[in-house]
Amino acid sequence: MKNVVRVAAGQGFWGDDLDAPRRQVEGGPIDYLMLDYLAEVTMSILQKQKERDPSLGYARDFVGAMESVLPAVVERGVKVIANAGGVNPPACAAAVQAVAEKKGARGALRIGVVSGDDLLGRLDQLIAAGHPLANMETGEPLSLVRDRVLSANAYIGSEPIVEALGKGANVVITGRSTDTALTMAPLRHEFGWGATSWDQLAAGIVAGHIIECGAQCSGGNCLYDWRSIPDLANVGYPLVEAKADGTFVVTKHPNTGGRVSVQTVSEQLVYEMGDPHSYITPDVIADFTTIKLARDGDDRVLVSGIKGTPPTDKLKVSVAYRAGFKAVGTLVYVWPDALEKAQLADKILRERLERLGLRFERILSEFVGATATHGHLAGDQRNAPEVQLRFGVRGPDRAAVERFTREIAPLVLNGPPSVTGFAGGRPKVEEIVAYWPALIDKSVVKTKVDIIQ
Amino acid sequence: MKVRLVDIAHARSGDKGDTANVGVIALEPRWYQVLEEFVTRNRVAEHFRGMIEGAVDRYELPNLNALNFLLHGALDGGGTLSLKTDAQGKVYSTALLRMVIDVPDAEARRLELPAAK
Repeated sequence: MKNVVRVAAGQGFWGDDLDAPRRQVEGGPIDYLMLDYLAEVTMSILQKQKERDPSLGYARDFVGAMESVLPAVVERGVKVIANAGGVNPPACAAAVQAVAEKKGARGALRIGVVSGDDLLGRLDQLIAAGHPLANMETGEPLSLVRDRVLSANAYIGSEPIVEALGKGANVVITGRSTDTALTMAPLRHEFGWGATSWDQLAAGIVAGHIIECGAQCSGGNCLYDWRSIPDLANVGYPLVEAKADGTFVVTKHPNTGGRVSVQTVSEQLVYEMGDPHSYITPDVIADFTTIKLARDGDDRVLVSGIKGTPPTDKLKVSVAYRAGFKAVGTLVYVWPDALEKAQLADKILRERLERLGLRFERILSEFVGATATHGHLAGDQRNAPEVQLRFGVRGPDRAAVERFTREIAPLVLNGPPSVTGFAGGRPKVEEIVAYWPALIDKSVVKTKVDIIQ
Repeated sequence: MKVRLVDIAHARSGDKGDTANVGVIALEPRWYQVLEEFVTRNRVAEHFRGMIEGAVDRYELPNLNALNFLLHGALDGGGTLSLKTDAQGKVYSTALLRMVIDVPDAEARRLELPAAK
């Protein structure tokens, strides 16, 4: 058994720095490269792509990432774990194989493909069998929006990834695995943590939470002493050096920018936090109030003390459904009286929409540069040099939203003065794919691992 | 003594559906007790009155010298439904740091809290 296992994060979401995976395998020794591609709405985007072309439906950035890290995988035995499979893990695996073949590395990859999280084809059967998949926020049953559902995936835990690694996979591709399982699973595999080693499993989850957003724990988006954080242009992505007892150090490769400190890690720990006593995952419930952080030299933070308790008998399900249309238009009003002019434009626009008989579920106007993010807390903004009116509408009727987009530009000539910033043209109408969080009995979700060589 | 939160804490926020979370972390470990005592659930609900539609929850993390607040109904529906600039609650953290708290002079001096300018 290795004394220390190094898991490095190379991607915090689909759209993150394309070069980060390569820099993580080349910047210093690591055992595993962990790539997290899936945000809440990503699955639905991938489902739409798969509908258009059955060979798609996965995070295509991953194929390029694999190409860039292939030498490290082949020559140095670095293993890769990614939830890049989206709604089509087998197709993702095939694309990775094709790239390996092109690079003359055919046979060097043993790809573990995890499936079973995709519930779309089983939805009606599940609902009929008494699984309402009620919305966790509103309590409404899924049947309410059933005909508009685009994708439905259970968040699955570390088990199938551990299984794939146990079968000798050096690349593991999953669909909707939890972000944290991607980091915890290799630790569990290497250290042989049992399914009831609650404290160690919880430690692995906390390690995952810290690095799953990439550089957001190593100096990116860090408010603490932000001016002093060096060389963000060359920011080092994080890695954990973990031990069998569940303690680990968060650090980054030498000669990279950014910073790993108690403060940068603390900020990431509280990111998207709910009840810190119960961070619920499929494998374990981690208690974030037990986490101890200590400086362990420059750019090193020791994490210890983490306690875990058994998980629930449910899995979270992420359902994506079509929820109407929206469009957002903007105009910039300028001093003197920038805010007052923008407010008048808002009033005029609302009157015109009313007169046109357009009905929306929601109209929201914000005054960017004055009150958009801090509301009344921002204080007196009457002297602002410029204020952007940001006007959005949302509703089920595409035509109404479309009609709204034609009402912005006229204001330039027939509304309040000192207006600019309309060069972008008419706002774009966007179909909304909304997120429906639900729970399902664990027992009905069966995962499967296929090894492809 | 009036103390600005921005002078004694840092913060990060994120989202879960229509709920924004704000984690507030004391800049000095000894200042955590000030956060715990003065940045109460009610005080935060008052601070955000008119900006959020739901209730506020508070959790304590003395191990991180941090408090975690959940601001319900803060994101105009949240996710892709929201029409807000800050649809994912990324900067509610800074809005909370605008808070000014009133700490008894003796305690403020003992803890060497920076006074609001």
